[in-house]
Amino acid sequence: MRNIISIILLIIIFFAVIFSISEIPFGIPKTKVGSYYINKGIDETGAVNVVTSVVLNYRGFDTLGEVTILFIAALGLGAVLATIERKTKKAIIPSSIVLSTGCKVFFPFILLLGTYIFLHGHLTPGGGFQGGAIIASGYLLVYLGCPKRRINQNHFKIIESLGGLTFVIIGLLGLIFGNYFLLNFLPKGIPSILFSAGIIPIIYIAIGFKVGSELAGVIDNLIEES
Amino acid sequence: MIFLSNYIYYTGAFGLIFIGLYILLTRHNLIKMIIGLSILDTGVNLLLISIGYIKKGTAPIFSTPNLNPQNMVDPVPQALVLTAIVISVAVLAMALSLAIRLYQHYRTLDMRKIKEQRW
Amino acid sequence: MVFFVTFTVFVMLVCAVAACILRDLLDAAIAAAGVSLCAAILFYFLQAPDVAMAEASIGAALVTAIFIIAIRRTKREE
Repeated sequence: MRNIISIILLIIIFFAVIFSISEIPFGIPKTKVGSYYINKGIDETGAVNVVTSVVLNYRGFDTLGEVTILFIAALGLGAVLATIERKTKKAIIPSSIVLSTGCKVFFPFILLLGTYIFLHGHLTPGGGFQGGAIIASGYLLVYLGCPKRRINQNHFKIIESLGGLTFVIIGLLGLIFGNYFLLNFLPKGIPSILFSAGIIPIIYIAIGFKVGSELAGVIDNLIEES
Repeated sequence: MIFLSNYIYYTGAFGLIFIGLYILLTRHNLIKMIIGLSILDTGVNLLLISIGYIKKGTAPIFSTPNLNPQNMVDPVPQALVLTAIVISVAVLAMALSLAIRLYQHYRTLDMRKIKEQRW
Repeated sequence: MVFFVTFTVFVMLVCAVAACILRDLLDAAIAAAGVSLCAAILFYFLQAPDVAMAEASIGAALVTAIFIIAIRRTKREE
């Protein structure tokens, strides 16, 4: 009974969608905001990557909201999965020799790749979120390959809080030095060198550290069994 | 062939949305429903980016200093989808932690049995 | 070029249908990772390298790992 009603509902939605999607043409420029950001992007912000300047300069407040949502989710996960009794000591299964050798060899290079990606966020495709996810997957490799090594979780919490605090303080400094929150108050410099585009690389470094330590803390909360 | 070259991306995105909705409506296991939610999110992101595409356009990055800014793809949907991907992973992590807690309390993950419980 | 995009969309839809039908939850999570990988390839063809990198690193690697850890702590069959 429930299957038949759901299939009828999906067929109705299917026809409505077909009638409305044939009105939207494919591959034709539709808006004017995008062309304004492309034409004036380098002069007003100094970042060569236009998507980065949209995310952090023109729509910077949305990025602050997204960082807050990620913080609340990590907080909620730690609160739901917390236990009162002590963790029972289960027998630790040793991992195979390929995994443990690979873990010891690859971990510094994965950290280096993640740091490179969020450091050059305004020059090449990349940014804080992608680099932070790569750093978190490096820590996942350590949890799988070397199960005897326990990472202290207080370091994750301190780095995460400092990253979020840096973002808000830079925004408030923009309010003090100029007219509005998240004003770009540092000099813009010459485009396509590393030290350019004002406050954009500083914010991406803070976001990279924050997202990396946050996702590593989430994985640590899920793996610990009691 | 004309239909394929014009509407193939829309077909793929809407196929994913329909399959995600079908999994959410007809399956009873909680983790299977969360997998359907993840597929639905991926379909919506694909639809948003394929609307902002311009034919014979390039990526919106000025890698060499004198590229023509006339035929670049729209950068605003890409910024919005970047935010949406991160929010979807936050929602999935929270939902899976609630599923683990439910299993520890009721010893089953069947939504029909959990809805009948009183306490 | 159009043929390659059509092939990738076809593989993506087959993986999504497989995630719906399979009863073993571990196989369904791997099929969802396949959907995310094909979506990352399609994002590259739509000239969006930032979004392709985000989808590949977050959607295909971290979400799959979180699913497998959660399935290990609950039941494995449907």
